[in-house]
Amino acid sequence: MITTTHYLMLSLVLFTLGVVGMVVRRNFITVLMCVELILNAANINFIAFSRQLGDLTGQVFAVFVITIAAAEAAIGLGIIIALVRLKQTVNLDQVNVMEG
Amino acid sequence: MSWFIVHFAQIVFYFLAACTVAGAIGVVGFRSPVNAALSLLGTFMAVAGLFVLMHAEFLAAVQILVYAGGVMVLFLFVIMLVRVRTIPEEPQYLRSLAPAALGVGGLLAVLVGAGLWAAAQAPLANPAALRQVQGLTLGNTEAVGWSLYRDYLLPFEIVSIVLLVAMIGAIVMGRKEPGKEGGA
Repeated sequence: MITTTHYLMLSLVLFTLGVVGMVVRRNFITVLMCVELILNAANINFIAFSRQLGDLTGQVFAVFVITIAAAEAAIGLGIIIALVRLKQTVNLDQVNVMEG
Repeated sequence: MSWFIVHFAQIVFYFLAACTVAGAIGVVGFRSPVNAALSLLGTFMAVAGLFVLMHAEFLAAVQILVYAGGVMVLFLFVIMLVRVRTIPEEPQYLRSLAPAALGVGGLLAVLVGAGLWAAAQAPLANPAALRQVQGLTLGNTEAVGWSLYRDYLLPFEIVSIVLLVAMIGAIVMGRKEPGKEGGA
């Protein structure tokens, strides 16, 4: 019997890996991928609880999360293109335009 | 053999969970962004399988279409466009890992507690409820569509505006500035 706790644990591992990657990696593209991992973990949680409660609201919200993730990826990758044009780098350590 | 049939759902779950975690570790661990992107693809596929296991068939299809089909192509195109290999890799990792580990650990403890508490609150519902529309048992896609377009119509419209804004924003940012030479 696979319980909701199993899914929560899996999503926890996925979320943690995403956060660790986001904090540790310096490559902007990889950081964006880690955000996708975190959003996937959130989706697993939404659907696990939707399954437990027999309520479709969780699935509908997962649709919204996927939409937001797609929008976020498009914007993030647009920023990367603009950044490479401006600084010729995707290394976050070398991006300090806002600091001056 | 009968053991295999009885425990089939568990076997599938653990297999997909292992694929998910292995892909995520690949995303964090690989130095090359192309390898990381392909690991991410594996994670997306495995998560789609988990969605099927949780009676969310429509979302599994959307996961494959949007993530594996759309987002992944976007990532690979950008990796190709910016020619990351010519960009110096060092320094790759953050120096101060201890505060990061501490923060993540604290967050983790809170999340584990909240998740376990919430999971213990209700018994597992009948999965047929996820396929019903007003008492009729149809299918998961029909049920999600019914809920999305009737109960959550306003959020749906707002999300479509968000997508439009994101699309316009991405086009504006990705466009070459007029009168400026050179690019990525």
